[in-house]
Amino acid sequence: MGFLDKEFTDGNIVVAKAEDLLNWARLSSLWQVSFGLACCAIEMMATSASHYDFDRFGVIPRPSPRQADIIIISGTVTLKMATRIKRLYEQMPDPKYIISMGSCSNCGGPYWEHGYHVLKGVDRVIPVDVYVPGCPPRPEALLEGLLKLQEKIRNESMIKKTA
Amino acid sequence: MLTEFGKAFIFILMAIIFVIGIVYFAKLIRPARPTHEKLKTYECGENPEGSPWIKFNIRFYVVALIFLIFDVEVVLLIPWALVYKDFGLTGFLIGGIFLVLLGLGMAYEWRKGDLQWEKPKVLPPSFNKTKGAPKVEKELVEV
Repeated sequence: MGFLDKEFTDGNIVVAKAEDLLNWARLSSLWQVSFGLACCAIEMMATSASHYDFDRFGVIPRPSPRQADIIIISGTVTLKMATRIKRLYEQMPDPKYIISMGSCSNCGGPYWEHGYHVLKGVDRVIPVDVYVPGCPPRPEALLEGLLKLQEKIRNESMIKKTA
Repeated sequence: MLTEFGKAFIFILMAIIFVIGIVYFAKLIRPARPTHEKLKTYECGENPEGSPWIKFNIRFYVVALIFLIFDVEVVLLIPWALVYKDFGLTGFLIGGIFLVLLGLGMAYEWRKGDLQWEKPKVLPPSFNKTKGAPKVEKELVEV
């Protein structure tokens, strides 16, 4: 069992500093699964490209969930895809984070009422950390979502475990 | 006193110790939460099916072998090309003999037809108008 799997009971200065260091390390290199579902993925690619430069926040697309920290659910989650997403999420190493990007993966979006094949929100299969609204969201919106996620990771605690 | 090889040996030793130390340190602190799903083979989210120990076509073996020959050739020729002027005619002749040997090997491959990627003959499906349903003939050679 690893040192990081332990739950610390008292928050002394060593734990606090180690926690700051770990959180900083985690939030500065959020490698994402290169995984796109629909038109939101185009915006995600635009965010990765030079104009918006996802890399300056340490987000690098990885070809395998084994090497990834976050998964950006970018687009319509069909029922068929939902089981695959679930497995990809399960195969990522802990700690792992999820950004749900766009209305479709937030809540079903335009397929909310009559989309017989669409999952009404990806949070029905995996726990989402940050929801980015929009149809599709602009790259700025995705960047804002990432900043929110970084804020969340920065406030994580080794005493009260969340991930 | 350390020889030059001794210094290189210390470098190699340090590299090995460093790698072992880092891997062990990472094992000490990292979260380890293996699950059934996590330990499964990664197949882009699909169910892994069948054994990966399948038979490869023998043609790949020939290509790999030929590649190896040229690979070794490049590895040996680049240092030779850098220094052959210092060795005069002898160095040039040695390199030339090496090249001739490999050239003979290549001529042999060429003659044997190993550079040819033999494509299987696939017959286009033929349609029989009188019987209605399109009839697809069985391929003669498996692809």
